[in-house]
Amino acid sequence: MIRFEHVTKIYDQKSRPALDGIDIEINRGDFAFLVGASGSGKSTFLRLVLREDRATRGSVYVAGQNVARIPSWRVPRLRRGIGVVFQDFRLLPNKDVFGNVAFAMQVIGKSRAVIRETVPEVLRTVGLEGKGHRLPGELSGGEQQRVAIARAIVNRPGILLADEPTGNLDPATSVGIMNVLDRINQNGTTVLMATHDDDIVNSMRRRVIELSAGKVIRDEAAGEYTTMIPVINADGTRELQPAARPAAQAIAPFDTEEDDL
Amino acid sequence: MRLAFVLSEIASGLRRNLSMVVSVVLVTFVSLTFVGSAALLQMQINQMKGFWYDRVQVAVFLCGEDYGSATCAEGAVTGGQREEIRAMLGSEAVKPYVESFEYESQEQALTHFREQFRNSPIVDTVTADQLPESFRVKLVDPEKYEIINELFSSMQGVDVVVDQRELLEKIFSIMNIASLVAVGVAAVMIVCAILLVATTIRLSAFSRRRETGIMRLVGASKLVIQLPFVLEGVIAAVLGAVLAAAALWGVAQFLIEGRLAREYPGTAFISTGDVLLLSPALVALGALLAGVSSALTLRRYLKV
Repeated sequence: MIRFEHVTKIYDQKSRPALDGIDIEINRGDFAFLVGASGSGKSTFLRLVLREDRATRGSVYVAGQNVARIPSWRVPRLRRGIGVVFQDFRLLPNKDVFGNVAFAMQVIGKSRAVIRETVPEVLRTVGLEGKGHRLPGELSGGEQQRVAIARAIVNRPGILLADEPTGNLDPATSVGIMNVLDRINQNGTTVLMATHDDDIVNSMRRRVIELSAGKVIRDEAAGEYTTMIPVINADGTRELQPAARPAAQAIAPFDTEEDDL
Repeated sequence: MRLAFVLSEIASGLRRNLSMVVSVVLVTFVSLTFVGSAALLQMQINQMKGFWYDRVQVAVFLCGEDYGSATCAEGAVTGGQREEIRAMLGSEAVKPYVESFEYESQEQALTHFREQFRNSPIVDTVTADQLPESFRVKLVDPEKYEIINELFSSMQGVDVVVDQRELLEKIFSIMNIASLVAVGVAAVMIVCAILLVATTIRLSAFSRRRETGIMRLVGASKLVIQLPFVLEGVIAAVLGAVLAAAALWGVAQFLIEGRLAREYPGTAFISTGDVLLLSPALVALGALLAGVSSALTLRRYLKV
């Protein structure tokens, strides 16, 4: 579903590459965590998948297409196949829950009848039935994130990207969100989630891809979040060795939107 | 559905940015009023020129019944006199000064008169025999009017020799200066309008960056994202253009048709019909400048 071939991304010639020769494949239906310290390249990874940026070298394939080769007028079609969820929810404060989810369908020209049928269904999937007329300000953080997830999946994308979706939520609420993401994954959607939350990664026991300084340093099928590097010994036992790199930094509390004025 | 969505986006954009929208309306209103005034002045000049102005310089009017001048004492011009004048215009003595000349009968005079005064009620009361017949003379050198005047004004059957240029040139130069001033003011105002539209669009794009960000993410097409902004500017500018057309129509209706045309029945004036011809052009100009300006702004300030 998502394949990176020798992908390097350099923002600025003088500093080190944000991604450095990444080779990775995430299959259809996978649930993968993307972990690593701030600045390790997680966000760049997601931006390349969305074609917010193009790779400096190498190719990124999404659903079999080389995204760098997609003409700019076809990029919206690529993005319709990818749902995105952020740490800061990014809901429209003046629209109610139904309106926020419906917005994603309106702007791509879905008919009113389809919207009226689909949105309540999706709200039920994320556990928000009966709250369609609440405004985002009247919801808890967890509920707001559920609205954002509903909006991301309402057009039935094949891929769901989640950029620290539990970053603003307490552990109990986070578990609820993870259950929603897990349910979405079981319906066949590929989920890629960038996170710092070690409890979640450890409890889910899903694939873990760890980035550090732009390189993949770990790719485990059912991994843990750790700053230790797991090493398989010759006799088959597994142990953790301390990594020769700084520990994960604190989460940046505000992932602000870019203001281009 | 998509159309309804775009329309509701436009409505919310216009509401949110009301003060800027009002200023765009006013600035396009003022600038297009000046553009329109310049155009109307030029139309008025054409109207006053009449049929002959650009073709000849001198008119030799022939006598009709009961004309007051001394050379008309014997009544209307006779066929013999007319031929004499025609021969004189073609003679060796006059030839070096005359490039060409034409005879205008009373019927032709009426046709041209009706054309020029089509906006005036006077046209219904004038008949062919009230208009003088004439020779219209095109000079090799327009400055040599005096020679023709001396040669013909004393001839029997000639009522009067008129240099039409001299009468109108002064008025025209004043009107030309006025329309140049109007064009100059209009140019400055149009620059203002373009910049103001750009600023409005920029503010609007900024205040709706959340929406447009989400639209990008869920894969809305470039058209759906940008169209509301472009149309917002275009609607405001078209509103301004309509106001400008209405103002010019008011001037034509109440000032020109209502007062000037009544006070100076001998002069041909433009009418509200000319304003109606002009107004689609004004609206198109307003829409064009807003559309171009907003499209350029969006390329810089709205990432798609």
